[in-house]
Amino acid sequence: MPNNDKSLADLLATHEHEILQEWQGLLKASGALQTGRIKESELATQCRNFISQLRGALRPDGSLDKSSDGYASLKSMLGEVSRSRAIQGFTPSETASFVFSLKQPLFNAIDKGTRAADAKASYIWQTSLLVDELGLYTIEAYAKTREDIIARQTREIAELSTPVVKLWEGVLALPVIGTLDSERTQTVMENLLQSIVEQSAEIAIIDITGVPTVDTLTAQHLLKTVAAARLMGADCIISGIRPQIAQTMVHLGVELNVVSKANLADAFALALHRLKKAIVSVKQAPSGRQSRYVSPEDRGV
Amino acid sequence: MLTRSIGEISMTVLTSNTIEIRSGDDVVRVRQEVRSRAVESGFSLVDQTKIVTAASEIARNTLDYGEGGTLLIERLEEVGRRGVRLTFEDQGPGISDIERALTDGYTSGGGLGLGLGGAKRLANEFHIQSQPGKGTRVTIIRWK
Amino acid sequence: MDRIPILKLGDALLVTIQVDMHDRLAMALEEDLTAKIAATHARGVLIDISALEIVDSFIGRMLDNIAAVSRVLDAETVVVGMRPAVAITLVELGLSLAGVKTALNVERGMTLIEDRIHADAVDRGDLDDRPDE
Ligand SMILES: Nc1ncnc2c1ncn2[C@@H]1O[C@H](COP(=O)(O)OP(=O)(O)O)[C@@H](O)[C@H]1O
Ligand SMILES: [Mg+2]
Repeated sequence: MPNNDKSLADLLATHEHEILQEWQGLLKASGALQTGRIKESELATQCRNFISQLRGALRPDGSLDKSSDGYASLKSMLGEVSRSRAIQGFTPSETASFVFSLKQPLFNAIDKGTRAADAKASYIWQTSLLVDELGLYTIEAYAKTREDIIARQTREIAELSTPVVKLWEGVLALPVIGTLDSERTQTVMENLLQSIVEQSAEIAIIDITGVPTVDTLTAQHLLKTVAAARLMGADCIISGIRPQIAQTMVHLGVELNVVSKANLADAFALALHRLKKAIVSVKQAPSGRQSRYVSPEDRGV
Repeated sequence: MLTRSIGEISMTVLTSNTIEIRSGDDVVRVRQEVRSRAVESGFSLVDQTKIVTAASEIARNTLDYGEGGTLLIERLEEVGRRGVRLTFEDQGPGISDIERALTDGYTSGGGLGLGLGGAKRLANEFHIQSQPGKGTRVTIIRWK
Repeated sequence: MDRIPILKLGDALLVTIQVDMHDRLAMALEEDLTAKIAATHARGVLIDISALEIVDSFIGRMLDNIAAVSRVLDAETVVVGMRPAVAITLVELGLSLAGVKTALNVERGMTLIEDRIHADAVDRGDLDDRPDE
């Protein structure tokens, strides 16, 4: 700095009280507290922390020192503020104005506390840059949190809407309903593989009767699941592949190198056959008991 | 200019450490260290397994073909997401034809030829630089 | 040097691989198993990898090799207990272990091997193909 004015960090320290007052005033005026989603004391703490972290992140010339500890804590604090605001339901502009509304108080403090005109201009320029930068970071963090929330909910819906059901000792079924995007396929398939272990299931039927379309990526996930299940020692049967889907897959060049059956019932019959079980009707059963399953050995086949 | 500074502001290296790869024991250590960093970054079990397996492949290449070298493990944070970056470096003979080395099934040493291609599939980002006679550097990142 | 113990279980050999296997140990296992199959005329080899947290192409190749060698010696190799995360990763890596049989656990693997021994006996005419009635 070509003068003996204070550094920006010192300036912040000297005028901290006024800056905070003005900043909080502006935040309040812009309605930050109106909805009651955040308490006044909480807001005050956030503002105070922000200024003290900012001071630690500044170089003498007023630019941000990105290797400083202050900068790292400033960012993690900002990330935290944005995240909590995203979760509390603030809008993106409400969230960003937390940082942007600091500009005016900073400018006023610089104006009051700096004599040399060139220093003033330089500080204002640096401050403007840094507030913009931190403001944009806030928006990014906000958006990311929203994305995470959406992704988590999508995952939860995927899990809820696709339960793995046990059809028989050793036979699981996964009736998939709705569009299979590749994100959902991944979740659902990991669940299936986990259930195979938990239930010691030798056969898993993936029924896609309720799936309107399948894209290449999804088809690949399906096939990878079948391959992974085999590595674990279980067999998969895919049932209910609609004619259009079969056609699309052929057109896409996806080789459906798996056992498939027209519907869940046929797939189940095949599964029982593989386990050497059969269902016989009550009439044939020896003593008129309710329908029961017998193994071929029991029947003396 | 602003965009650049946003780029910089976006990614932070949270922790970093270096491991020497000089023996088979070191390959085991690589797997353990990478696993710990992945757990610290909150990776799911499947994601942990993927990056540890990729690390095992590249570490073995560094040892077997690169005459040994180092691994730099970094935990990264970008706005809201976390990741692990692995940088393997050796001063070995280098790779003259990178495309061929990346081809599934190609091996010059009696392996299965799946290490490089497989590691690329298991990672979200994959970079390889190599200069014959100078050495090889492979960088992979997996995000949570 | 450490070696992985090989247990005899009826007509089969059982190997339980512990967490994080060293490359040298893998190579020693390949040799030991070959010798033991020949010495015991085992008809099956069960490799329990339920403790393994990863399988990379090196271990994958070892499993492939063991399966190929034992086939030549008339023994069937069954890899049992692969974890879901490991299986998903292995598929992504590009390894299918096509020459290897798999089972969910040791018990199921043993059944696979017994079925095969039984089928061979039927083929040779040593046995009726039905269990006793
Ligand atoms: N660090 C390295 N230095 C020199 N050559 C390498 C290195 N890493 C890989 N290669 C070359 O790339 C080939 C393919 O590697 P990879 O896909 O891991 O298969 P594999 O290890 O089974 O040979 C190797 O056979 C080797 O020729
Ligand atoms: Mg390799």
